[in-house]
Amino acid sequence: MPLISVRDLVVEYDGRRVLDGLNLDIEPGQITVLLGGSGSGKSTLLRQILGLEHPKSGSISIKGTDMTRCSQADLKKVRRSIGVAFQSAALFNSLSLEDNVALTLREHTALAPSIIDLIVWLKLAVVGLADFGKLHPQELSGGMKKRAAVARALAMDPEILVLDEPSAGLDPIVAAELDELILFLKEAFQITALVVTHEMHSAFRIADRIAMLFDGRLLAVGTKDEVRANQNPRVRQFLNRVPANPMHTPALASYLERYVQSQEAKP
Amino acid sequence: MANLLEITGRETLSQLDYVGSLNIQWWATLRGMRAALPLVGNRHRWRAAVHQMLEIGVDALPMVALMSMCSGFILAMQGASELRRFGALHFVIDLVAVGFTRELGPLLTAIAVSGRSGSAFAAEIGTMKVTEEIDALKVMAFEPVEFVLAPKYLAALVAVPCLSIVAAFFGILAGGLFMFFSTHLDLLLYFRYVLTSIELRDVVAAMIKSLAFATIIAHVGCLEGLRVRGGPDAVGRSTTSAVVRSTFLVIVADAIFTTIFYFVGKA
Ligand SMILES: Nc1ncnc2c1ncn2[C@@H]1O[C@H](COP(=O)(O)OP(=O)(O)OP(=O)(O)O)[C@@H](O)[C@H]1O
Ligand SMILES: [Mg+2]
Repeated sequence: MPLISVRDLVVEYDGRRVLDGLNLDIEPGQITVLLGGSGSGKSTLLRQILGLEHPKSGSISIKGTDMTRCSQADLKKVRRSIGVAFQSAALFNSLSLEDNVALTLREHTALAPSIIDLIVWLKLAVVGLADFGKLHPQELSGGMKKRAAVARALAMDPEILVLDEPSAGLDPIVAAELDELILFLKEAFQITALVVTHEMHSAFRIADRIAMLFDGRLLAVGTKDEVRANQNPRVRQFLNRVPANPMHTPALASYLERYVQSQEAKP
Repeated sequence: MANLLEITGRETLSQLDYVGSLNIQWWATLRGMRAALPLVGNRHRWRAAVHQMLEIGVDALPMVALMSMCSGFILAMQGASELRRFGALHFVIDLVAVGFTRELGPLLTAIAVSGRSGSAFAAEIGTMKVTEEIDALKVMAFEPVEFVLAPKYLAALVAVPCLSIVAAFFGILAGGLFMFFSTHLDLLLYFRYVLTSIELRDVVAAMIKSLAFATIIAHVGCLEGLRVRGGPDAVGRSTTSAVVRSTFLVIVADAIFTTIFYFVGKA
């Protein structure tokens, strides 16, 4: 049975359809990478899965709980088993890094403060921020915030990890380390992960399954090899990094020509 | 004409909608408030509440004291210039004592707190909304109402009445100083007169009023923050509208309460 299953999901913002009848199953213990152009609705899908917004129609179930219709108590129970790193990091600006990571541990567990300190240090060390625990989010670089968000997502040793572009803005070395970390978590703790990324290299390194979003639907879902072999022109374009609107189209060239001429004609 | 009706109707509906949301939020916060209480609640919430109390109460103290002193002088002088003509200068004492206990103490405090803390609530919560911190709280299985609103409301309920008492004291003190300089009335004697002219009923009425004002300020501030959609500009607008709306509602509530107390007092 899939751990997360999305059925016929339709999401609209002010009448504009962002997700259009989307279906996706995520099996336990697998890493699913979500690919798709900017603005294709990846973050929107994650927000729906987390129960932050209600869909226009369709359903989402996590571990058998229908996220769109369940009670607040059930919602909380499911959310406790999910660790999330938002695209914008969404760290609490009033708290230091340590407190950001420690928050759930302090409030949802009965662990002793010394144990919590140790866990927090470990989680920060894992993303290379062990020395920065006392700093506040405003004092961090963009990439450091991203990593801190990952550390916070890992705080409660979640069953499901949801990462929205965790490696955007990271240097290649740190990004590669993050990939290895995700793989390690899968191997060691059978964690289930849903990762949004734009890095093809990273996607093919970590993914068990790849789902490609386009125009509110999933164009391709499958293993790495299946996606590599996919002949859909959109998928090929994405994988081969072909620009959708090449700058040298004749129409654009003639437009520029006319524009330059009109400027020259001016007194 | 139909257009005017339409606009009036739409405006009325949106105001009703606003008051409705305010009520819903009030109930939700009351239910979440247990968590913020000392001993029976969550100690983290209580600590946050104490922190807020200091911020609302102690930090506003100099400003409220100064405002009340000035208003005390103004009231005493304006009163004296009229009452002197009837040779009834001693009524200034009643005017200042009763005026400040029943009316000006709570009202001046409410205006100061709405400008300082109501706007701060809106700014803080609005920023948390824009930076997705509120969403992060939700996915970490926290209840934003309990986590953010309840400590603020509890703090306002404690701090505003205390500040009102301080405001009344300083206003009355200013009246005493005026009497001392204009008629050489001994300050101790002045305070004895003051105590005879204030009744317990006045103090109770003042406390009820300040609790109502605290409720209005805290909830309008928080609601404005939670209604923020979009970017930093929306946060700016929400702070302005928090001050404007809460000041307006405070004065409306003041009128209603004063009317009720007037008729209850006559009966
Ligand atoms: N709160 C909102 N209100 C209105 N429209 C929204 C809202 N959030 C997202 N959208 C729209 O939904 C679409 C998908 O947005 P989303 O953030 O999911 O994209 P994305 O795939 O995550 O893009 P990126 O890779 O750039 O992060 C966009 O066209 C965006 O304009
Ligand atoms: Mg996104």
